[in-house]
Amino acid sequence: MGRVAKIARRTFLIGSVAVAGGVAFGVYKMLEAAPNPLGSTEDEISLNAFVVITKDGVTLISPKAEMGQGVHSTWAALIAEELDVDLDQITVIHGPPAKAYYNSALFGLVLPFDDYKVSEWQQAVRKFAGNGAKLLSLQLTGGSTSMRDGFERMRHAGATAREVMKQAAAKRWDMRAGDLTTQSGQVIAPDGKSLTYFELAEDAADINPPRVALRDPSEWRLLGKSLPRLDMPEKVLATATFGIDVRLDGMKYASVRMNPARQGMRRFDASAAEAFPGVERVLDMGEGVAVVASNTWAAMQAVEAIDVSWEPSIYPRTTKALFDEIDRAFDEEHDTEARKIGNVEAQHQGTEISAEYSVPYLAHATMEPMNATALFEDGKLWVWCGHQAALSGLNACAEEAGIEPENVTFETTLMGGGFGRRGETDFAVLAVRAAKQMPGVPIKLTWSREEDMRRDLFRPAARARMRGVVNDGKPVVADVAFAASSVVLQTMARPPVEPMTQETAAVSGADAEGLSGAHDQPYAIPNYRVRGHVVKSALPIGYWRAVGASYGGFFFDSFIDEMAVAAGRDPLEFRLDMAREEDAASALALEKVAEMSGWTAARAAGRAMGVGFTYSFGAPVAQVIEVEDEAGLVRIKKAWIAADLGIALDPGNIEAQLTGGCLFGLSAAVMGEITFDDGAIEQYNFTDYDALRMATAPRFEVAVLENSRYIGGVGEIGTPPAPAALGNALFALTGQRVRDLPFNKAFDFV
Amino acid sequence: MATALNINGETYESQSHPDTPLLWVLRDELGLTGTKFGCGIGACGSCTVHVNGQAQRSCQLPVGSVAEAVTTIEALGGDEAMPAVHAAWIEHQVAQCGYCQSGQQMQAASLLSSNPNPTDADIDEAMNGNLCRCGTYPRIRAAIHTAAKMLAEG
Repeated sequence: MGRVAKIARRTFLIGSVAVAGGVAFGVYKMLEAAPNPLGSTEDEISLNAFVVITKDGVTLISPKAEMGQGVHSTWAALIAEELDVDLDQITVIHGPPAKAYYNSALFGLVLPFDDYKVSEWQQAVRKFAGNGAKLLSLQLTGGSTSMRDGFERMRHAGATAREVMKQAAAKRWDMRAGDLTTQSGQVIAPDGKSLTYFELAEDAADINPPRVALRDPSEWRLLGKSLPRLDMPEKVLATATFGIDVRLDGMKYASVRMNPARQGMRRFDASAAEAFPGVERVLDMGEGVAVVASNTWAAMQAVEAIDVSWEPSIYPRTTKALFDEIDRAFDEEHDTEARKIGNVEAQHQGTEISAEYSVPYLAHATMEPMNATALFEDGKLWVWCGHQAALSGLNACAEEAGIEPENVTFETTLMGGGFGRRGETDFAVLAVRAAKQMPGVPIKLTWSREEDMRRDLFRPAARARMRGVVNDGKPVVADVAFAASSVVLQTMARPPVEPMTQETAAVSGADAEGLSGAHDQPYAIPNYRVRGHVVKSALPIGYWRAVGASYGGFFFDSFIDEMAVAAGRDPLEFRLDMAREEDAASALALEKVAEMSGWTAARAAGRAMGVGFTYSFGAPVAQVIEVEDEAGLVRIKKAWIAADLGIALDPGNIEAQLTGGCLFGLSAAVMGEITFDDGAIEQYNFTDYDALRMATAPRFEVAVLENSRYIGGVGEIGTPPAPAALGNALFALTGQRVRDLPFNKAFDFV
Repeated sequence: MATALNINGETYESQSHPDTPLLWVLRDELGLTGTKFGCGIGACGSCTVHVNGQAQRSCQLPVGSVAEAVTTIEALGGDEAMPAVHAAWIEHQVAQCGYCQSGQQMQAASLLSSNPNPTDADIDEAMNGNLCRCGTYPRIRAAIHTAAKMLAEG
């Protein structure tokens, strides 16, 4: 048995840490070490799946995709904190796709617990459930899980590596490991002599990793501080390589045009395209066409010039018909009942209100359009792209190429935004489909912005029907039902590239995720029921920042605002009363945002504020938004955000995620809408699917709180409360309650 | 049909068709990938370069029409204001995904060249064509003020 194999078997620390908990055999099988994906070469000694000690320092292998959320920098700090290396000794790279990198926090998200009520016992169950993700190969960056996934795991990785280094040095010097210290990548003896980690790494690899207690937060040097991001210099100097920047010898540039109605292609005539200067090949892509050319622009122009006859969509062809399909789901029995407290159907005394809300389909519109580069040669495949789930990307590409996964090399680049879109595999698979037709030639397949929009996997449209009763200034009933396609169920059933079939559309089952933002809110409402109706639509949908909570937060919190108005209460006080009884951290976030925004102070004429609150991804977020009537136009003037992360690992980065998440939600609320006609979308570019810009974005003030007992996610939590806070502010300003997004259909904004 | 180009002080011959937008000549033919493709219709600002010192959307400039000197993000210090812009961008930790930031910085440097002490309103107006989906606007605004200060203090 070679040395690499020995290292892999002995130093896999996820297993050793988790097995120590003492669990049943079935779970133990899941916890068995996955093979170490990192081989060792002469100059690099792989210590475990996450740390490589090199001559120049430490390379941290991040299974997490860096798409702007700063995960590489914070994961580096987590390991460095325990390993005792300096930040400037660290290089972070995307790891190869490997089962060792499963996302342990993700599976916890699908369990039917209210996040804010997680007890120690439930927390333990969640950790076990997390191991199911390993079986399903989920090396996924999403669900705001990176910090919840890595907070202990990465520190254990660093601590274990540090201790084996000390043991290796102790053996070399014939001293006791307990007498040695570590600093800046060195083990230091009491007499001052030292050995670098690199000098010790080979010995250390033969030592069974001990169990090590993690350092107390009071000892932290790096965590809890705003650190410079490791990727900042290369991004500012524009030397960072995104997927679209990959360059290979002999590479050709391609662009693609697939059926916008997600069905097949009857025939095509490429004669007009072939006449374009620079065009080299026209490729049949099954449900579409691609052009290979000497530059990307030539490929994009030519592919649009191809005369194609498409098969029509099997989903309803217009926006109205799609919403009719959504409404029909209410006629069927509900699929999910994620919360049931009291009896909403009994007769209750008080004022009753009811309302219907809706949100439209949305595109992701990442700044970097979808793209991937592939080379197929001698039965082997290489793929380069930015991907949120590299292992599923690798497997889908292998299947497309008709080869075994071990013959695929999949390299993850930086990505110009993800928002869930880059967790899909279609863009990588299509690059492989093109490359397979031109063996030996690297093909960079870049989608035009138009293709990126019309072939997006949309945030589903949704409708809510809600009924509430208030009495004596207090909530009595909240009876909530949503209808929407299930992102979780459809993405599991759908092949990487459609055509959609009625079978893949007709997925059924319970989906509590689609009720996020409503069923899991920390509010004491004596009769509180939340039900979901799954719309079995053949329209392709996908994960979009905050997923179900992106609309659930808007529906539920807006209706809570309506209940407060019906109860004759201040909307913030009304929420606060409900939160105090259920979750202290949520109540403190509401109190904080009230204080920051001067909620109780008198407002100038023509100005108004609205509050929004959503608990999602393990964190309560309260926002207040101020709007102003500027000569008949609405200006979104200011946003205050108070969020509780439990432990704020990097406050600067958290603030960036919160303001960015809020802007993402506000952009969608003000103007985001994908509509359909004749089975295809009607928006094509930023001219008709825009977002807030420098002049229209509000100013921000952010407070990051640490009252919660558990660490929360951060990448998505800023989004869900923002549309509600804006709608509630617009109501306060105008007296008009708008229940259908986007708001620019009812109000004119600056 | 070669087109002579002056980019970052160096001379290039582009073999691309003269209708090809400068963006794709930079990226695909010359390998200068710091300039990004975002929309292809001049609506997002990701592809901003300087032509004769002025911010321009390179996706809208046929290479055959480019007669004056071009400066891209790769020209370290090629623009008077750029070193200060880079320094301020790092100081304020502006980038998230980073994809739009080369265009943002090119636009900011162009603003500072014509207006060394811009107000918030000046910044809003000059930067409004540069889209950022991560929402880095608050830090971009702060960084432009910092860069202006750095330039004023020499």
